[in-house]
Amino acid sequence: MSVENLTTPAAAVAAEEASTDKKSVLRLILKTPVGLASSIVLLAIVIFGASAPWLAPFDPGFTDLAQTNAPPFSGSFPLGGDASGRDILSRLMFATGSTLIAACVVLVVSLLLGASAGLVAGYYGGWFDSVASWVADVILALPGFALLIALYAVIGPNILVAMAVFGVLIAPSYFRLVRALVVNVRNELYVDAAKVSGLSDFRIISRHVLRAVRAPIIIQSSFVLGAGIGIQAGLEFLGLGDPTRPSWGGMLREAFNNIYLAGINVLWPALLVTVTILVFALLGNSIRDGLHAAGSRSHTLKAQALHQIQRDYTSSTPAPSRDAVTTAAQGGGADPHLSITDLVIGYPSSATTITEVVRGVNLDVQRGEIHGLVGESGSGKSQTAFSVLGILPKQALVLRGQVLYHGKNLLTDPGLQKSLLGKKIGYIPQEPMSNLDPTFTIGKQLVYGLRAVKDISRQQAKADLLKLLARVGINDPERTFNSYPHQISGGMAQRVLIAGAIAGDPEFIIADEPTTALDVTVQAEVLELLRELQRERQIGMILVTHNLGVVADICDRVSVMQHGRIVESNSAAELFASPQHEYTRMLLGATLDGSTLRDPLTSSPAQGA
Amino acid sequence: MSSSPSSAILQIRDLHVSFPVRGFRKEPIRVIRGVSLDIAPGETVGLVGESGSGKTTIGRAVLGLAPVTSGSITFQGKDLGQMSPRERRRSAKDIQAVFQDPYSSLNPAMTIEDILSEPLQGVDRRQGREKVRSLLESVNLPGNAGQRLAREFSGGQRQRIAIARALALSPKLIICDEPTSALDLSTQARVLDLFLEIQERTGVAYLFITHDLAVVRRMSHRIAVLFHGAVAEIGTARQISEQPEHPYTQRLLMAAPVANPLEQERRRAERRRLLDLQDQQIEQGGGNKDMWVA
Repeated sequence: MSVENLTTPAAAVAAEEASTDKKSVLRLILKTPVGLASSIVLLAIVIFGASAPWLAPFDPGFTDLAQTNAPPFSGSFPLGGDASGRDILSRLMFATGSTLIAACVVLVVSLLLGASAGLVAGYYGGWFDSVASWVADVILALPGFALLIALYAVIGPNILVAMAVFGVLIAPSYFRLVRALVVNVRNELYVDAAKVSGLSDFRIISRHVLRAVRAPIIIQSSFVLGAGIGIQAGLEFLGLGDPTRPSWGGMLREAFNNIYLAGINVLWPALLVTVTILVFALLGNSIRDGLHAAGSRSHTLKAQALHQIQRDYTSSTPAPSRDAVTTAAQGGGADPHLSITDLVIGYPSSATTITEVVRGVNLDVQRGEIHGLVGESGSGKSQTAFSVLGILPKQALVLRGQVLYHGKNLLTDPGLQKSLLGKKIGYIPQEPMSNLDPTFTIGKQLVYGLRAVKDISRQQAKADLLKLLARVGINDPERTFNSYPHQISGGMAQRVLIAGAIAGDPEFIIADEPTTALDVTVQAEVLELLRELQRERQIGMILVTHNLGVVADICDRVSVMQHGRIVESNSAAELFASPQHEYTRMLLGATLDGSTLRDPLTSSPAQGA
Repeated sequence: MSSSPSSAILQIRDLHVSFPVRGFRKEPIRVIRGVSLDIAPGETVGLVGESGSGKTTIGRAVLGLAPVTSGSITFQGKDLGQMSPRERRRSAKDIQAVFQDPYSSLNPAMTIEDILSEPLQGVDRRQGREKVRSLLESVNLPGNAGQRLAREFSGGQRQRIAIARALALSPKLIICDEPTSALDLSTQARVLDLFLEIQERTGVAYLFITHDLAVVRRMSHRIAVLFHGAVAEIGTARQISEQPEHPYTQRLLMAAPVANPLEQERRRAERRRLLDLQDQQIEQGGGNKDMWVA
């Protein structure tokens, strides 16, 4: 076993699930069957070892030559005798006690050293961070086991000192874990807020920082204890332990030498070593899994419940005019470009129930029309748009309804939907930067995307894309084409994505908050661009936004969503001039456009300082 | 105007902030390049600018969370830069903050009572609980919400809790860094009203940092427009929104869309005209160019 193994990726993953209470960590362990079982076994082992001075039938050094190599359950020794005629059970009990103590020495030394250094290095940074990180790297590079064997020549058979040294060698695993966690926490706004409140560093660390690192440290400790026991047994097996006291490794070695006379004696110490290390590993894993499960809120439906729910939804006849306003106001052309009818989307809220997020949406978009879908967070506007693209999250269930593109239902024909994406239907996402892969140049990504939907050569694709980049207002297309995403600004990135979206000559575009991440001056330019492109190419568009200004700027029609329903739908001019629904009026009332300006304070303020 | 040194509660003079860049002999990034600003007691000064303009950095420098490279920040006559960490913590009583993201500015694992009583050091438990109750009520939340965890509240409610925390020490100045940009429209309106009401009641001064012109116009007595780390223009809310002088301010004002299709169409045409005009000016005289390239 090498020291490096202990900086397990598993612990690092668990580390991300920060900040859980101590109590709940314990509860998490006991809730899983594996956690519960391993806790019970561990408790039994601890009692077994701790009770040795009182319950062990014999002294570990007591010899009865008549019992030499006696098989288990044969004489006065319950588990038989070893090669020197000593009671195996008693020796195991005493060995367990000393092994657990030595494992605790490893834990305490490495925890004190590694975690405190990691805390200081992570919180304050600076020179201490540099030095400590460097020292940690050096220690990690040392061959731990070889060093411990060499140590034997210096200090002799003292397993506690050897374990303390092992604690130092393993400390970097705590250091790295804690440091990384603390660096994250230090950048949290709530730590800034605590500083602003005038809290001392000590209080900030004890209240906020320790809370976040506690659970990962517990997990890591579980693995460290297991490793400590493994290393210890290994050293003793090699004969580097104290020969006057019983130990698992030592007993294993003696039994091993005697294996042809009393093979069964190998079993007991081997069993204890294996089970104990296994229990610590399982315990660590079950805490990690428990934290993981507590962190994710998603549910999965049982298959039977899913069938039942789907049957309920398909059998209940869709109310044709669920809300009269919508249907009446929709009556534009006879053959809409895109038509969503009675769409219901839900998410599992437990193993047998679902929560609807979209509750019967009807929406028609005519050819060349920009249709604004406006609402507050949680109104279901993005979910509605995503259903057209087929990019709803995995857990989402489309329970009812149709998405008709030129009369063909995309929901029942995923193949058709896929074949339309990029060619007929384009997508402009909200976060331009996170939708570009940082490891490829922009040109590579655009060419790849375009050649996936159009059968053209690489050169042709590049030529087309350079023209498009110039069209969307990028001054130096060649340079942008060869840039990586981090080398361009957010506004540029959004233009690149718009160029990508229109490269396949789509007839229809879904734009999900296309300007929300942009500055207002850039937003104005991007809106200008979208308007021009729509006019040039007669593109139909669903534009999802929460910004009523954007709607007023660019949309022909508007649908207002609230709690998964469209509460009002009308032409933009009508909707802003005479909003019908109460919610629309409330939204319009909440805009700050017409608010009164505050006059400057007079030179002698009423409230003196 | 109320910016005479004697009446100002906060004075920022020729503030420069630079951040070091990794790498051998790399020039540090100059984020703030000589900003001067005064805030009078009970006044709201809006600091508006786009991403990268350095508006957040100014707020963080006042709070002691960003390093001051040169220049001075004087609060109630005392230079914050000259203070020891201990003195600085004591002065924290008077300068508080409300941050942008109500999700990360409250520790999700702490109860509201713990969060709100955190700044109140040396207050016994019963008094503390009483204080938490009145703080919660002052931001229109039920007084018995203290036992619940921060993660159980919605964005708007969380921001109210953050405001309550800022109010706990009865500060004289609150740095508000984009306090409503993560909120829905209707929630934003209510939170802004709360800010105004608190100011009327307590006479606290605000440095109100935002990218949203509509918000800053609603909140501010005076507005400073930040462009590339320097103040492009500063004046009363009326001056800035009705007669902006700096070309950048003009562009900014015209770019923000209003929720009225007809009015917006007019503004769009006006913006086009303004941009063309400014392009011409840049071509004609080199003088104006300085205003664009900081």
